[in-house]
Amino acid sequence: MSLAIYMVVMAGVTYLIRMLPFTLMRKKIKSRFFRSFLYYVPYAVLSAMTFPSIFYSTGNVITAAVGTFTALVLAYYKKPLIVVALCAAASALTVALIIKFV
Amino acid sequence: MKLTFKKGLVHGLPICLGYLSVSFGFGISAVASGLSVLEATLISATNLTSAGQAAGIEIIAAAGGYIEMALTQLIINLRYALMGISLSQKIDKAYSVPARMVTSFGITDEIFAVAYSQTGQITSLYMLGMILISCLGWTGGTLLGAVAGTVLPVIITGALGIMLYAMFIAIVVPVAKEDKKVLAAVFIAIALSVIFKYLLPFVSAGFAIIICAVVASLLAALIFPIKEEEE
Repeated sequence: MSLAIYMVVMAGVTYLIRMLPFTLMRKKIKSRFFRSFLYYVPYAVLSAMTFPSIFYSTGNVITAAVGTFTALVLAYYKKPLIVVALCAAASALTVALIIKFV
Repeated sequence: MKLTFKKGLVHGLPICLGYLSVSFGFGISAVASGLSVLEATLISATNLTSAGQAAGIEIIAAAGGYIEMALTQLIINLRYALMGISLSQKIDKAYSVPARMVTSFGITDEIFAVAYSQTGQITSLYMLGMILISCLGWTGGTLLGAVAGTVLPVIITGALGIMLYAMFIAIVVPVAKEDKKVLAAVFIAIALSVIFKYLLPFVSAGFAIIICAVVASLLAALIFPIKEEEE
């Protein structure tokens, strides 16, 4: 498998799916079902990508679980993206340091 | 009020700063999965999308097929097609076909949201300004993250590896909290993803994401079709 081909496929497909509808379309999508489907896709994609992968993202399930919990709580209270991300990483790092040195 | 190039730059600045931090997480993850700093930066410069890139590096790390890569990008980025259609209804008459072809590269969740919320007709220069500064933040953040990933000790890069996922949580949870239909789609997607991970490990990462996302979205669309104003 060639990295160059992967990168061309990624960029090519991502560009075409943006370019073709924006350039060619002149009408709105009427189908309520199809619009509903498209409405849910981003949330379904992000959820499936995050769980359970997030528990393996730090190399240690315990630190990852603490970071995940931190992220869920802060996200529930609608903190900005960067705050959620940094606090999740900071809590995971704190637990990792405790495990290593205590 | 005319939507000028300069106004595009100003409106793009907060997006740029947001992207800087999100793509920092991507840079860390990309280097951790075996890519070089240059490769990670190049992927960000040519894709400008978080979820698609995150799935992409997973597929590269797992040596998945090219078809799998293409289909995964297609499904994950399908929403941009809809945004492009919506945006095409709001652009001014001077917006040429070549300009459409160039600026379509910059249709992201954030850029679409800002452009679409403008009251006047959208000009190509306004879009270009917003895209240029956002792209700078996205690519620059990836570069910084990738470099940090190669020089920082493992105990720190390990912890930083959670950032990209934490940001996904920060995107989904506030919406799922307000909209129980989205919450249902989220739970279906997670349940399927867990099944693939532990019971069907032979299904590769890209295809697992596609199946989870399509099935969960189809079920949610069938059971909870959205109302007109929720577009």
